[in-house]
Amino acid sequence: MWNFPLHPPADTPLATRVDHLFYTWLGLAGVVTIAVFFLIVYFSVKYRHGSKADRAMPTGAELRRESHRIEFAWIATPLVIFLGMGFWAADLYYVHASPVANATEVYAVGKQWMWKIEHIGGQREIDELHVPAGRPIKLIMTSQDVIHSFFMPAFRIKQDVLPGRYTILWFTAEHPGDYHLFCTQYCGTDHARMIGHVVVMAPADFQKWLTGGNAQQSMAEEGAGRFRQYGCSGCHGANASVHAPKLEGLFGRRVQLSDGTSVIADERYIHDSVMLPRSQVVAGYAPIMPSFQGQIAEEDLLDIIEYIKSLRDANPGLVK
Amino acid sequence: MTEAVVVDRQFDDPLQQRKASDLGMWVFLATEILFLGAMFVAYTASRIHHPEAFAIASRLTNLTLGSINTGVLLTSSLMMALSVRSTKLGLRTASIVFLLATAVLGLAFLGIKFTEYYLDWRDHLVPVIDFAHRGPHAGEIETFFYLYFFMTGVHSIHLFIGIVMVLVLAWMAWRRHYSPDYFTPVELGGLYWHLVDIVWIFLYPLLYLVSRT
Amino acid sequence: MSTLMLPVRGNYLDEGFSLWSWLSSVDHKRIAILYTISITMFFFVGGVAASLIRLNLVTPTGDFVSAETYNKLFTMHGVIMVWFFLIPSIPSTLGNFLVPLMIGARDMAFPRLNLASWYLYIGGGLFTVGALIAGGVDTGWTFYTPYSTMFSNTHVIAAAAGVFIVGFSSILTGINFIVTIHKMRAPGMTWFRLPLFIWSMYATAIIFVLATPVLAMTLFLLAIERFAGVGVFDPALGGDPLLFQHLFWFYSHPAVYVMILPAMGVASEIITCFARKNVFAYRSMAFAVLAIAVIGFLVWGHHMFVAGTSVYSSIVFSILSFLVAIPSAIKVFNWTATLYKGSIHFEAPMLYLLGFVGLFTVGGMTGLFLASLALDVHLHDTYFVIAHFHYIMVGGSVMAFLGAIHFWWPKITGRMYSDRWARFAAIVVFIGFNLTFFPQFVLGYLGMPRRYHEYPPEFQVLNVLSSAGASVLAVGYLLPLLYLLWSLKYGPRATANPWGATGLEWQTSSPPPVDNFASIPIVTAPPYQYEPPEGPHPNPSAGQKGEGSEGAVGARDGLS
Repeated sequence: MWNFPLHPPADTPLATRVDHLFYTWLGLAGVVTIAVFFLIVYFSVKYRHGSKADRAMPTGAELRRESHRIEFAWIATPLVIFLGMGFWAADLYYVHASPVANATEVYAVGKQWMWKIEHIGGQREIDELHVPAGRPIKLIMTSQDVIHSFFMPAFRIKQDVLPGRYTILWFTAEHPGDYHLFCTQYCGTDHARMIGHVVVMAPADFQKWLTGGNAQQSMAEEGAGRFRQYGCSGCHGANASVHAPKLEGLFGRRVQLSDGTSVIADERYIHDSVMLPRSQVVAGYAPIMPSFQGQIAEEDLLDIIEYIKSLRDANPGLVK
Repeated sequence: MTEAVVVDRQFDDPLQQRKASDLGMWVFLATEILFLGAMFVAYTASRIHHPEAFAIASRLTNLTLGSINTGVLLTSSLMMALSVRSTKLGLRTASIVFLLATAVLGLAFLGIKFTEYYLDWRDHLVPVIDFAHRGPHAGEIETFFYLYFFMTGVHSIHLFIGIVMVLVLAWMAWRRHYSPDYFTPVELGGLYWHLVDIVWIFLYPLLYLVSRT
Repeated sequence: MSTLMLPVRGNYLDEGFSLWSWLSSVDHKRIAILYTISITMFFFVGGVAASLIRLNLVTPTGDFVSAETYNKLFTMHGVIMVWFFLIPSIPSTLGNFLVPLMIGARDMAFPRLNLASWYLYIGGGLFTVGALIAGGVDTGWTFYTPYSTMFSNTHVIAAAAGVFIVGFSSILTGINFIVTIHKMRAPGMTWFRLPLFIWSMYATAIIFVLATPVLAMTLFLLAIERFAGVGVFDPALGGDPLLFQHLFWFYSHPAVYVMILPAMGVASEIITCFARKNVFAYRSMAFAVLAIAVIGFLVWGHHMFVAGTSVYSSIVFSILSFLVAIPSAIKVFNWTATLYKGSIHFEAPMLYLLGFVGLFTVGGMTGLFLASLALDVHLHDTYFVIAHFHYIMVGGSVMAFLGAIHFWWPKITGRMYSDRWARFAAIVVFIGFNLTFFPQFVLGYLGMPRRYHEYPPEFQVLNVLSSAGASVLAVGYLLPLLYLLWSLKYGPRATANPWGATGLEWQTSSPPPVDNFASIPIVTAPPYQYEPPEGPHPNPSAGQKGEGSEGAVGARDGLS
């Protein structure tokens, strides 16, 4: 019982840097707090009522000058320290918010009260996230219902997971191990049970895990099936007679919309085009697509998005 | 000198009492602006998310009635200002007439507003109760009409309170409560009335004129 | 003129003994007592909820209550403590009692509005308590959408209605304070002669009138969205869930300053009195509270660093959050400097307020951790945040509130309590508080999320420590209730100025007469002109001390 940690494990380069920031703050805060406590006690004893301490004070202009000097000192000093620490923290935050380009993508869907994870290769897991050590991982996350938050204390990162949009979180775990995964945005009755594990594995072990996993097919293959199952191919397929935008080469391109604006076709755009098709109509097409809101699960939609992504290089130039 | 001015026990003199009441009203108006401001923020955020839907939806509002109402309300503010001036000058009859004119114009505004509500209902544009708009952006257009009914509804409630207040002021003026020495309630009532008017001056372009070119 | 001649009347407590004489009184002092009784009741209701939460967290599996009950308990704790205790605590009780007395007025500018604000408070309280009795609410005090609009199956609308109504009580109090402080000051009471408590009440009132209406409108929109199924917050309806968070924190972050600014005012009054010394740097103390109130409106985004807002807006909010910490730091340093070369007495109010300065320092410093972006990403929504804001709100505000109650108790009730018991209670509260909340900082850094009904077993030791501390804290809070109530009947009579303080409120009898002063005082000097006990005398004409002294405060005898 008495064997309990006072410091969480740190397993990413960012986590170590955040720890440095934390302990610097702890040092500064400790010095200030101890100084304030010490002075309160010291003055309380020295200048207690009836003590013989010298209480001569400067008066008039001298007092004013003196106190202005002191006031200036304790406005300027904290200001400089705070801003310095603030920029240090902002710099780290920028690192946290800018995923590296070659990161392996993993999808996560939060729903009351579980985390559904899906790897590109189609491996699905619940409340567990297996990742290889030493490789940057980028989580693309959304929620099926309320706001959740994906928190991995060992990596010192968290990100709220919102319905109707994608948020991202990236990290490079360094050592194999088993770490906590928590939901930190209150999400209802079993919020405290929306927890799991992040399992960091040696790359070789991870490969073994991937192949020995439960994947019958990759996410894109799974998505191709969903694409037919939900009837998308009826209009967007190669042989469809309906006048609908072609999806080959779509992902990552700029799309002209009927209202004259244009957007980059990213995960969010595809998501919204399925759920709220009439909010962004491609120029030159009639707004005839029905909404799939409430009819398609977020994780199935992720498969479809991955499928559309896989069509990225298929036949560029068809969709404008 | 008309009758003695009543000073509440916490004040030294009538001037202090009047200045306190004035400041109180201004602070209250600041509160009102923040209260309604949150509503405008909600509108702005929704419009940024759905500019096209809001453009279509605003074309479904009744521009004629909305514009007439703007004129009616501006005129009522003029009447209110004239009434405050008449009270300050001791013109009791004029003050009562202008107050009644203010109230009548306020009621006319509400009458026209509810006619508009009725026409919206006939066109199936009332969210939750009867909303049957078809075509692109139907959901977002419903959001616009929700905001339309919410914002104009909140405004109408304020206006209704204003009308009751103006009628009470008229009755009190008829009972000779006000004089050039004591006209604070009429002045404060005027401030409130003008605020309600100004709120409409913002609602009118945001709801009726947006992208009507 | 005869309106200025005040008939000499008895003290305000003897003005009528029936229940109705209290419920219909527009005397600011009686309204203050109505508020004191009602917020004390809410404090203990919220406290019971807190105790049950801590009891449940003794075991990692949360065996004491079910998850549903636990969620309702922390929601009830938050809603009641924030809106029905902390926000009205010092302003509505001591603020109501002291603002007219300290500035030399007979009453608030709008006494009937003042009474109406209490009725609104009670009305809001009934709604909220009704929601709790009917089965509770489980959204947390933050009412985040879309959980609150679509997914919660509890009485969200009733609870929101209660908070909506109590918001108007805050607004009325705020209007009254602003007008009273502007227009009702006694002759000679210039802005820079105001006690710092008045400055803090003024800053608080500004937040009341400018922030509360935004919350009211937000909750209104939330209730309609939940009721009607159309709206602007739920993404399934085409809305934006972050819009709710922006609007909510636009109110709720300034509301945090509503909780701490009055405590800062109390600290300046009590520390100067018991150090027998003028406050260090009066003007920067006054400007600091205003700066906190104003900058406080611009930092709400620091609650949303991991919510999905843009990196650049986060950086701006982070910098502004550091800026708002500067005036707080100035205040802490100035209080400490006030002790320097004072003549320090250690009666109970002083012990509470020295505790306040220490705990507020810890709370403020840990706030800087949270303003640091990358660190907040780790600490957000963990127990670190819980510990931080309890150090501010409980270690800060509640300590100051208790200190203030002890300081002005003789003035309010005309009775003295047992200082020995009071000092003992102050020490128990201080120790119990640190035992309860310090372990939570560690828990937070370890990663324990807030609002967890159960938790991984390695967090148990710290949780047990915290719960043990909570039981000490509970004793510390019950003690004053007992000896203060005892003093009402058995305590010795208080003199007009038992502490030898300088404020105008000490110039009148204890308890004060109905209209506060036999004649309206004329002020000729700044506050806190305590005479140095030894050493050279800087300004003999301004020095004055003790009751009945006419040095700084003369009497205006029915003039002009």
